[in-house]
Amino acid sequence: MHQAQSSPYKIKALFILLLSMLFFSLAGLCNANEKAEQFDEGTTLLLQKNFQEKKKGIEKIATSGDKRAEAILLALLDGKLFRIKKDNTLVYARVASPKIEITAALSGKPLGSIKKRKLKKISINNTLRSTIKDALAKIDLTNPDPQVRKDAVNKLTTNLTMESSTLLAKQLQSEQDNDVREALTTAMAITALRSGDNEARMLALNDLKGNLNPAVHNELTRLIAEEEDITIRSKAESVLSSIDSKISFYGLVETLFFGLSLGSVLVLAAIGLAITFGVIGVINMAHGELIMLGAYTTYVIQQMLPGSIGIALFLSIPAAFIISGLTGIVIERTVIRFLYGRPLETLLATFGISLILQQAVRSIFSPLNRSVASPAWMSGSFQINPILSLTTNRTVIFIFSLLVFAGLYLVLKKSSIGLQVRAVSQNRKMARAMGIQAARVDALTFGLGSGIAGIAGVALSQLTNVGPNLGQAYIIDSFMVVVFGGVGNLWGTLISGLTLGVANKFLEPWAGAMLAKILILIFIILFIQKRPQGLFPQKGRAAG
Amino acid sequence: MKSKFTTFSIACALTFGSLVGNQAMAADTIKVGVLHSLSGTMAISETTLKDTMLMLIKEQNKKGGLLGKQLEAVVVDPASDWPLFAEKARELIEKEKVASVFGCWTSVSRKSVLPVFEELNSLLFYPVQYEGEESSKNVFYTGAAPNQQAIPAVDYLMNDLQVKRWVLAGTDYVYPRTTNKILEAYLKTKGVADEDIMINYTPFGHSDWQSIVSDVKKFGSTGKKTAVVSTINGDANVPFYKELGNQGITADNIPVIAFSVGEEELSGIDTKPLVGHLAAWNYFMSVDSETNDAFIESWQKFIKSEKRVTNDPMEATYIGFNMWIKAVEKAGTTDPASVQDAIIGVTVPNLSGGYSAMMPNHHITKPVLIGEIQDDGQFEIVWQTAGTEAGDAWSDYLPGSKDLISDWRAPFSCGNYNVKTGKCSGQK
Repeated sequence: MHQAQSSPYKIKALFILLLSMLFFSLAGLCNANEKAEQFDEGTTLLLQKNFQEKKKGIEKIATSGDKRAEAILLALLDGKLFRIKKDNTLVYARVASPKIEITAALSGKPLGSIKKRKLKKISINNTLRSTIKDALAKIDLTNPDPQVRKDAVNKLTTNLTMESSTLLAKQLQSEQDNDVREALTTAMAITALRSGDNEARMLALNDLKGNLNPAVHNELTRLIAEEEDITIRSKAESVLSSIDSKISFYGLVETLFFGLSLGSVLVLAAIGLAITFGVIGVINMAHGELIMLGAYTTYVIQQMLPGSIGIALFLSIPAAFIISGLTGIVIERTVIRFLYGRPLETLLATFGISLILQQAVRSIFSPLNRSVASPAWMSGSFQINPILSLTTNRTVIFIFSLLVFAGLYLVLKKSSIGLQVRAVSQNRKMARAMGIQAARVDALTFGLGSGIAGIAGVALSQLTNVGPNLGQAYIIDSFMVVVFGGVGNLWGTLISGLTLGVANKFLEPWAGAMLAKILILIFIILFIQKRPQGLFPQKGRAAG
Repeated sequence: MKSKFTTFSIACALTFGSLVGNQAMAADTIKVGVLHSLSGTMAISETTLKDTMLMLIKEQNKKGGLLGKQLEAVVVDPASDWPLFAEKARELIEKEKVASVFGCWTSVSRKSVLPVFEELNSLLFYPVQYEGEESSKNVFYTGAAPNQQAIPAVDYLMNDLQVKRWVLAGTDYVYPRTTNKILEAYLKTKGVADEDIMINYTPFGHSDWQSIVSDVKKFGSTGKKTAVVSTINGDANVPFYKELGNQGITADNIPVIAFSVGEEELSGIDTKPLVGHLAAWNYFMSVDSETNDAFIESWQKFIKSEKRVTNDPMEATYIGFNMWIKAVEKAGTTDPASVQDAIIGVTVPNLSGGYSAMMPNHHITKPVLIGEIQDDGQFEIVWQTAGTEAGDAWSDYLPGSKDLISDWRAPFSCGNYNVKTGKCSGQK
C-alpha cells in the first residue's frame, strides 16, 4: 500500500533522474584529463587571499569529480591545509612536536618536516565553510557509512535546490539502508510539494504527517501562506498541526531533561553540604571553595597527563575527594571544632576561610580562569529525533550525580562509619556512652562532606569556568537545596535539588533567566515560613 | 602672646617652605595617574592595562620624557569597588596632583568618577568600548562607541552573511541593555520585523545555558539565516560557547558575534569548538602592520613573556596616551584647560597601520574590524571598514538622543546640544 501511494512522485523522481542521467552523461564526456585540469585550477585559486576567489576554487574542486577533492576539502575545513610560504606548494600538516610533518596535498608525497613559521594556513571564513559543507554533503551521498549518508541527505534537505533534489532522486534509486531511504523520501516529498501536480502533493502531504524534520515544518508554513488550492491548504494545515503537537510534546520532554540536568548539578553541589550542615549542623560558608578545589584538582591532573584527558578525568575523582576531604578535615580540626554550638561564629569563621582559600588559589594559579578540556565522549549530543537531542555532558553528569548519591547513601546506611555518623547525629551523648569517639566521627563526617564537594568540583569543571570565583556561584544554591529538602536528609536533598531544577527550567522560557531565579527564591522563602523543617524533616539531634 | 605669634609664623614658614619644596619636587617630573583595579573581579582585565600604561610611560621617558621632564606613573588600586574609584580619582587629582588620569573599565566605574573629574576639572582617558550616550568635557573616550563596533557588526552580518533573524543576547547590566536598545531600533529602521528579533538577558556569571541555547536553535531553524549578537560578559561566555558546541550549533549555521570577547578572554579557553564565531573590535593582535609588530614585541619584552597577547583596550590606551603626549607638546603645558583645547584634532598612528584623530565630541576615529576565532585563540580578519569611523557620542537610533550633538570646541563648547530646541543641557 505504502509503495503504491508514493509511486506518483516516484515517477516524477524517475523523470528527474532521467534528466539528471542525461546531464551526467554529458558531464561524463569530459575526460579524466579535463577533470584534473579543473581540479588544478581550483587548487590554484585556493592560494588567493580573496575569499571570493577561494570560493570559486572550492566550487571548481567540488564539481571536478577528482578523487582527491574530498580529502582536500576536508583538510581545508579542519584548518589542516597549508601552503609553504616559499614556493606556494599546498600541503597537509600534522603536528609531530616540536616540528610539523607535511604531505603534498596534490601528489600525496610525504615532504618530511618543516618549521611552523615557514607555513601559512589557507584560511577560510563562514561563507566558505558552508560552501565546503554543502559540497562535501554531495560527495558524502556515496559514502559507505549509512550515518554519513543520512547526515548528508539531511544537510541537503535543509536547503533543497533543483540540482540537489536531482542528486537525491538518483540516490534513492540505489539506496539500500532504510534510515537513509526515509530521509531521502522526506526530501522527495518536499520536492513533490513544490511541483504543480496536485495528486502528488496530496500524497506527499500524507507521507509528511508527523515528520519532525525542520525543513518539512518550514516548507509547510510556506505552503500554507502561499497556496491557493483550498483542499491542499487545509490538508497542509492538518499535517502541520499534527507536527506541531508532536513538537510541543518533545519540547516538554526537552525542558524536563534540562530541569533534571540542572537539578542534578544542584544535588551534586549540595549533597556534601547536606552532610556537613545537615548531619553535624555546621554552617560551612567555605563549602563552595571546597568545590572549587575539586575543579582545580581536575585542572592540575589534566596538566600532568597531557594527551589523555579521559583518564585524567577519572583519576581526578578520587584525587579531588582526597584533597577536598583533607582540607575539610584540617578546617574542622583547626577551626570548627572549637566553635560547635556557636553558629554565628562558625558562619563568620568559615566565611573567612572561604576568602583565604580563594586568595590562595588566586596567588597560586593567577586570577585568570583555567581551561579544563572535555574528553570527546563528553561533547556533542545524542540525537533522539530531528528536534530532540540530549547533550552528552549533561547526561553523563546526571548519571554521575545519581551514582554519587547512591554511593553516599550506601556509605551512611551500610558501613560502620555510617552507623557511627548516624548515631552521633541522633544522640551524641548516648553514642559516646556506647564507646563511639564523637570527635573523630565529627572530623570524618566533615571530611566526607568536603570530599563529596570536591567530586562535585570535578563535574562542574566540565560545565563552567574553573576560576577563583567558582565556589561563590554555588554556595547560595547549595544552601537553598539543603534547606528546602530538609536538613540532614539525603533523600530530601535529592528530591529538592531535582524539583528546584525542573521548576527553574519550566519557569525560564516563560519568565526569563533572571526572573525565574527570583521566583524560585521567593517560593522557598514562603515555603520555609510555612514549613521551617523543609520537605523531609529529620528526627534526631539536628531536629531537636 | 609673642611666643604664640612666633610659633604661628614658624608654622606658616614651615608650611610655605614645604609647599615650595613640593613644587620643586613636582617640577622634576610630570605625574600620570593610572586608575585600574588590581584586585577583585575586574583585576582579570584591568591589570593588563595598568601594565600597558607602565610600558608606555617607560618608553616615553626613554625618548626624553615630555616637555623636558620625566613622566612618573602614580598607580592606585580601586579594587573593583565603584565608590572607591571616585575616592581614588580624587586622591590622584588633589593629593598627587597628576596631570591626567588613564583608567576605568566598566561603565559604572566611569559614571562613578565622572563628577570628580568635572568638579576638579581634570582629564580622564577611558580606553574601553562602551554604550555611548555620554559626553563630558573632561573625559576622552578612546574605546569604541556603538557606531564603531555594534552597528558595523550588524551591517556585516546583514550584507555579507544575509542574516535575516537576530538574537540579541546579553548580560543584564547597562552596556548590553543600551547597546541592544540601539541595535533593536537600528534593525527596525532596516525593515526587520518584531518576530525576527529575540532579546535575552541573563545574570552575571550565568552557567546553565541549556534552555537559552535550545531556544536560539529553534529560533534559527525557520529557514531564515539567523545570527546571535552577544554582549554576554566575560565569565559567562565559556559555558555559553560550550553549550552551543554541544547542541550542535556551529558558526556556519548560526554565527555568534561578540563585543566583549577578545584575545585576552580567549587565552583561557579551548577555542577549537568556537572556530568561525566572530568578534567585532577596532584592533586585533593579528593585524598585519609594522606599528603592531613593534608594539607586540615591546609588550612581550616588557611583560617578559612571549605568551602574552595584546587586545583592543590596550590599543585604545596606546592611542589615548600618545594623543595626550601630542596635545601637551602642542599646548606647551599640562594644564587641563589648555590640553582640552589642544587635543581636538590631534592625530596619532593607531596599531592597524592608519591614523586616529580626536574629534570635537571627545571620541576618536578608528577602523572597524571583524574577525573569526581561530583554533589558536587568535582572530582572522574577515572584514574591515575602508577608512576610519568617527565615534558618535549620542546614538542616531534612540529617540531621546538622536537630536543631540556634542562639540567641545570654544566658543560652542557643549556636550549635549539639542539641535531641535537649540538648547544645551548639562555640562558646558
